[in-house]
Amino acid sequence: MPMRLVASVIALAAVAVGAIGARAQDVARQPGAVYDFDKKGEKPAPASKRDLTGVWEPAAGPNGGVQATGAGAMPSDGKPEHELPFTPLGRETFMAHKPTFGVTQVPSALTNDLMPGCNPQGFPRIVLHNFRTSRIIQAPENMVILYEFNKKWRVIWTDGRQLPKNAEEPTWGNPDPPESRWWGYSVGKWADDYTFVAESNGFDDRTWLDNAGRPHSDALHVIEQYRRIDQDHLEMTITIDDPKMYTKPWVAVKLRLRRQAPSFDIREMECAPIETEEYNKQFADPAAGLDSGK
Amino acid sequence: MKNPYVKPIAWAFAVVMVTLPLWAHHGNAAFDSDKRVTMKGTVTEWFWANPHCFLQFDVKDASGNVVHWVAEGSNPPDMINHGWTKGVLKVGDQITVTVIPVKNGKPIGRIAGVVLPNGQTLDGGFGAPPAPKQ
Repeated sequence: MPMRLVASVIALAAVAVGAIGARAQDVARQPGAVYDFDKKGEKPAPASKRDLTGVWEPAAGPNGGVQATGAGAMPSDGKPEHELPFTPLGRETFMAHKPTFGVTQVPSALTNDLMPGCNPQGFPRIVLHNFRTSRIIQAPENMVILYEFNKKWRVIWTDGRQLPKNAEEPTWGNPDPPESRWWGYSVGKWADDYTFVAESNGFDDRTWLDNAGRPHSDALHVIEQYRRIDQDHLEMTITIDDPKMYTKPWVAVKLRLRRQAPSFDIREMECAPIETEEYNKQFADPAAGLDSGK
Repeated sequence: MKNPYVKPIAWAFAVVMVTLPLWAHHGNAAFDSDKRVTMKGTVTEWFWANPHCFLQFDVKDASGNVVHWVAEGSNPPDMINHGWTKGVLKVGDQITVTVIPVKNGKPIGRIAGVVLPNGQTLDGGFGAPPAPKQ
């Protein structure tokens, strides 16, 4: 092996070590916004009452909410403790899905996941697959959450309205016709001064719950809890309740979030079909052996 | 002359890289996750896009034949957090690339590390970025 190549290998190894655990390196950060992170010995002020406003990022870092192998608390890794309480229909539907991660994974080009083609991932997959830096805007009548991943947003109504009574034929009421939605219908209220609870239903059942192909039906009911730990921290807990697919409700993720500066500019992460097409043509298809020429 | 340090360094590198989590949108199934290939090449394209950036480069094999490689990185926000930019590579740049190759033997892989022309080293943009100083 030539000495210059040896030097390159050493340099690459150093990068790899740094990526694992080093906390002693300044790196290029997002222009105009420096990530705030937990520091030893800090004691944040108590949280403001009934306030979720702000830019929130997983406290573990920008990638701390990326759950590639499925919902963070129950990844699809084959471990008995992560086996979901499937109904027979739930298991059958799960096995019909072809995700790119988890125990039933296939190469990217062979997946039947709609999301890589830039179709909507919907809720709750946005938080069970790729929860990234997000901004919560609190208004008198609702909470609006702006998500970095695929540049999406949703509304949780706090004006006293009730969830659609029939999740399978959802509507806010007459004269609106029933309409299942990729992002569902969401309402929320404060359980106490520091805990906000939202519930959602009325989902389009073409979406998956997570990146590992866990299914949901049109009877899906999602419970979201946001608990203010202190001024700088928020804990998000997502519970899945879908009696058609699962025999009992299960907690899908519990994620500690860190508040960022109000000036933080959330980066654009848009799924563009023209870019996806190029990626598939140049990379994903040949990687799966689906191209003819390369 | 055989360098006595090459083997231990290569093993250390391999062990470290295998432990890195791969947090891609797209799966690992196509990749030979335990394998690494390091080579010198010339950049022919640096495509900065979602869902993943990808790098195309030419490598001369032992017989002098040019082999065209394609290797993916992570998405732009993650790449930026790992020190990459849209303009960090230009056509014609001479670089050293380490990839996790695909299982089907084609010259396709996932970027595990790159040494830029200026000597700067970058990983593939996957996993947690290095944290700032406390």
